[in-house]
Amino acid sequence: MAEASYPEDLLYHAEHDWARIDPGDPGQATLGITWYAQDSLGEVVFFDPPSVGTMLVKDEPYAEVESVKAVSDVVAPLSGEIVEVNDSLPDNPAMINEDPYGAGWLVKVRLTEPAETESLLDAADYRGSLGG
Amino acid sequence: MSAIDENHLHADPAIEVHPEQHAHHVAPPAQAGAPTPLQRDAARTIFQKGAAGRRAFLCPELDVPQLPAEALPERFRRAAPPRLPEVSEPEIVRHYVGLSKRNFDLDSGFYPLGSCTMKHNPRLHERAAALPGHSRLHPLQDDSGAQGALELMWNLQEALAEISGLPHVSLQPSAGSHGELAGVLLTRAYHEHRGEDRRKVLTPDTAHGTNPATVTMAGLEVVKLATNEDGGIDIDDLRAKADTDVACLMLTNPNTLGLFDSNITEIADIVHGVGATLYYDGANLNAVMGLSRPGDMGFDIVHFNLHKSFTQPHGGGGPGSGPIAVSERISPYLPVPVVARREDGSFELDADRERTIGRLRGFHGNYGCFVRSYAYIRSLGADGLRDASETAVLNANYLLARLRQLGVDRHLPLAYGTLCMHEFVLSGGPMKRELQIKTLDLAKRLLDYGFHPPTVYFPLLVEEALMVEPTETETKETLDAFAEALAAILAEAAEDPEIARQAPYTTPVRRLDEVAAAKQPVIREAVG
Amino acid sequence: MLAAIGVSSLQEIFDRQIPEAVRLGRDLDLPPGKPEQEVFEHLRELAARNRSSEEELSFLGAGFYDHYVPALIDMLMERSEFLTPYTPYQPEISQGGLQVMFEYQTAISELTGLPVSNASTYEGPSAVAAAGYLAKLHNGRSRFVISAGMHPHTIQTLRTYAHGYDMEVVEVPLRDGVTDPDAWAEAIDGQTSAAIFAQPNFYGAVEDAEALSAAAHEAGGDGPGHGPVVVAQVDPLTLGVLRSPGECGVDVAVGEGQSLGNRLDFGGPSFGLFAAREEYLRRMPGRIAGETRDVDGRRGFVLTLQTREQHIRREKATSNICTAQALNALGGVVYLSWLGRHGIVELGELMAARTHYARETLSALPGVETAHAQPVVREFALRLDADVAAVRERCIAQGINPGVDLHALTGRDEDRGGLLVAITERRSRADIDRLAEALGAAVAAAPARSGEAVPA
Repeated sequence: MAEASYPEDLLYHAEHDWARIDPGDPGQATLGITWYAQDSLGEVVFFDPPSVGTMLVKDEPYAEVESVKAVSDVVAPLSGEIVEVNDSLPDNPAMINEDPYGAGWLVKVRLTEPAETESLLDAADYRGSLGG
Repeated sequence: MSAIDENHLHADPAIEVHPEQHAHHVAPPAQAGAPTPLQRDAARTIFQKGAAGRRAFLCPELDVPQLPAEALPERFRRAAPPRLPEVSEPEIVRHYVGLSKRNFDLDSGFYPLGSCTMKHNPRLHERAAALPGHSRLHPLQDDSGAQGALELMWNLQEALAEISGLPHVSLQPSAGSHGELAGVLLTRAYHEHRGEDRRKVLTPDTAHGTNPATVTMAGLEVVKLATNEDGGIDIDDLRAKADTDVACLMLTNPNTLGLFDSNITEIADIVHGVGATLYYDGANLNAVMGLSRPGDMGFDIVHFNLHKSFTQPHGGGGPGSGPIAVSERISPYLPVPVVARREDGSFELDADRERTIGRLRGFHGNYGCFVRSYAYIRSLGADGLRDASETAVLNANYLLARLRQLGVDRHLPLAYGTLCMHEFVLSGGPMKRELQIKTLDLAKRLLDYGFHPPTVYFPLLVEEALMVEPTETETKETLDAFAEALAAILAEAAEDPEIARQAPYTTPVRRLDEVAAAKQPVIREAVG
Repeated sequence: MLAAIGVSSLQEIFDRQIPEAVRLGRDLDLPPGKPEQEVFEHLRELAARNRSSEEELSFLGAGFYDHYVPALIDMLMERSEFLTPYTPYQPEISQGGLQVMFEYQTAISELTGLPVSNASTYEGPSAVAAAGYLAKLHNGRSRFVISAGMHPHTIQTLRTYAHGYDMEVVEVPLRDGVTDPDAWAEAIDGQTSAAIFAQPNFYGAVEDAEALSAAAHEAGGDGPGHGPVVVAQVDPLTLGVLRSPGECGVDVAVGEGQSLGNRLDFGGPSFGLFAAREEYLRRMPGRIAGETRDVDGRRGFVLTLQTREQHIRREKATSNICTAQALNALGGVVYLSWLGRHGIVELGELMAARTHYARETLSALPGVETAHAQPVVREFALRLDADVAAVRERCIAQGINPGVDLHALTGRDEDRGGLLVAITERRSRADIDRLAEALGAAVAAAPARSGEAVPA
């Protein structure tokens, strides 16, 4: 997507990651990288998904996304265990650029510390953290 | 006066050249026109040429009995020959000569690639290295049959020790990053021998990528140091991070911003104060030969890039050579072998050193590179080396000044400082905002003007960085022409930024799709 | 120029930047510079004090071999356009060099039977160490198991690097001249990161590469992305005759490239080849050229998969290598084109036949026996019933260098009396017969081996 966008229904981490709490199950979340992150990186050419069962620790990197001339750590906005990974990304990593909040999601996790959500930013605060 | 001054091996700053004596560059095409002959010539690999049964090689006659079948059982034998090309000698020559024409090279034009020291490669060195006594000398020839080679290596060791101010030299490492690995392993061995297990290596955020990569390969951990507003090491940050878990500080001086860190003595004191070693990345040695020595600055370990400071031709990505020089306290750990002089004045390879870190490669290092760099040092001598560094620094400062005179600095300001050493770093940030072209676009447009672009996007802390190293090789006329080309490209961009954004127009191929190359890597020809 | 800069002297530029305390303040203590003709004479004089393979009949090998380098390689390697550019950072004006890398990668891939190759590493032994680092990154295990049949410089280099990687190195002994298969299988376990052998090995013996690979994969708890990486150090010029590493189940093939169109140069520069199975592509060290298109649709080449490399990934890079051996690799691919599809087989067969002939002839001499009975294709080890140093000295005095004193190079007790003899296409039957005559006489005349009694 060409224009900056930060949906209101997501929670944001200052390291440019987002989390969407499952509306039907507050113990589960979908994670991805923000519009700003994919725009700074350029076209994503490679994403090697972590395996299901991997434990994520909030604020720690759990994967990498690569463009032609850059590698970026993907930081976990919340702690939890990976229950699903986006299998379509290895074949079509540019989906992270085209639809970062939709088809470009990275992993789904079963949260181990649901209270951590309180430390994340809302869309307005995250946008503010980008310096306008 | 030394021979070098009389011979004018490089540009003499005292000679003023009148601009009108030199034809200025005619502005190159500003849009894609009819394809040039090289552009029309589609890239075909050697594997797509030739025909079945064609050949260049004639095998010497079988003058011994046929190999009996049982001497090499079938299960060890290759079933089908490797699918190598089937081409005649003239086809090979045409093919590779044709490819050579699709390369820009230092012998053809200005190559101000920052941090790479693209200085002239005298052909004398090629001739000398090709002498059979050097080029057909087997590495396991007995010491008695290699006295000339060992003496050459000894003399080179001695010269590098004197230039660096560090007394003990190993010529073994194959390139700069290999020398860095040697240096960090030496540091580890030094601490381990003292019973200390130090895990951290400090590197400034301006460091070459090889520094942190090397630290990891040597089993240690990188800790980054901040840069201060003058472009040097942030001393407060250094004090905060320098503790007894620090094994080493790796530094380039002048650094990758082209600036000499004037706090170097204080930095050395802090590092030595916590018992750590100080490592000198010699990539920028061309700024200080005969002027200032790493050993005198307090460094314990230095690597040299013979393919930068000492003219080994770069070969499109090697060979290089990365000897190291070390202080007394590090010397017991040097890699083996080293060349030693016996009491009778003859030379030997000494591999029997109790505390050595061991070998880093086979045999004794890239001897062919030693021949060339030794020839360079003997040609220039003490005066010539200092003269080379002085002229390199003069050229860089002149080019910087000339860019200011032409108003280029308005869009491409110097990132740090006012003067520089042998190279300088401009920031393309203002150019990107005001003229809507990026450093990459500027670089691509320079190709149309016939220049190799400077290093781009390094160091990382400078926005849209452009790192320019003209070297002592270049004349004032070349520097002027380059400055004018930069000014012309900015003027074009002010009129129409698309000119640079779509450049180049005249090269054998135009901008290449690197995304496609990385997404679906095709890294070999499909051979039938 | 000074006026433009705004300084009154060159000195001022330095005074304003380099603190007084660290200025040299004197001339370097080096000999004065000399004109070109005098420097050339000096280098010629040094060269004259070396005994090159031009001046003696040399059977030296052990990693570097005196093959004929065709004249067109000298011409191409000395062309300015290949000799003087830097690494191809600007692909639009570096298509020649990049295409050479692409062709080189193709040739190495064909030769090794492995689908991916980089554009070169430094040289042979450090390429083995680089393969070890790949294995460590790949499976995170803690131990390298290596055959004692590796070149001693390779073993020493791997140990130096492994200390840095914090890896243990376990050496597997030889039996009958080749890697002991039982000890090999026993040494390899769930902590084995890489299992490494040489083909042919340091003593010239052809190993059963297929059996070693299979045993390593089986003993090492194979699983996707987790088993040991099987590494073979190969001699590329034997691969017209010997089964390729890819066919033998090897994961990574590395080797010394000198025999492919590069000079002896007293040990370097040459190049190291590095090829692997597809799954290791993103862990490869060094430059890789890839094919793509330009904006007008023309075929072109770029450096690709650069996120592996130090200038991008920094402390997480797959290697610290930057400058490698591009010019030497050019020599390699031109040489392979010159040999061609059938030439590499013919040359390999010629070497194998002459090597066999030489071993038969020499081991028939009194006091000379073969060190092992395994197949050999370019080099073989003999055991002399005489002091090797004395034998070599006598032969050298007659203008014949009979080969490498094995014990002097390896320091291994079992190598006492060992002589390693290398054969290239430059050594004819007549040369081999000359060696036989000289060696026979020298062994007969030389004292018994030092350090042990003469066997009864």
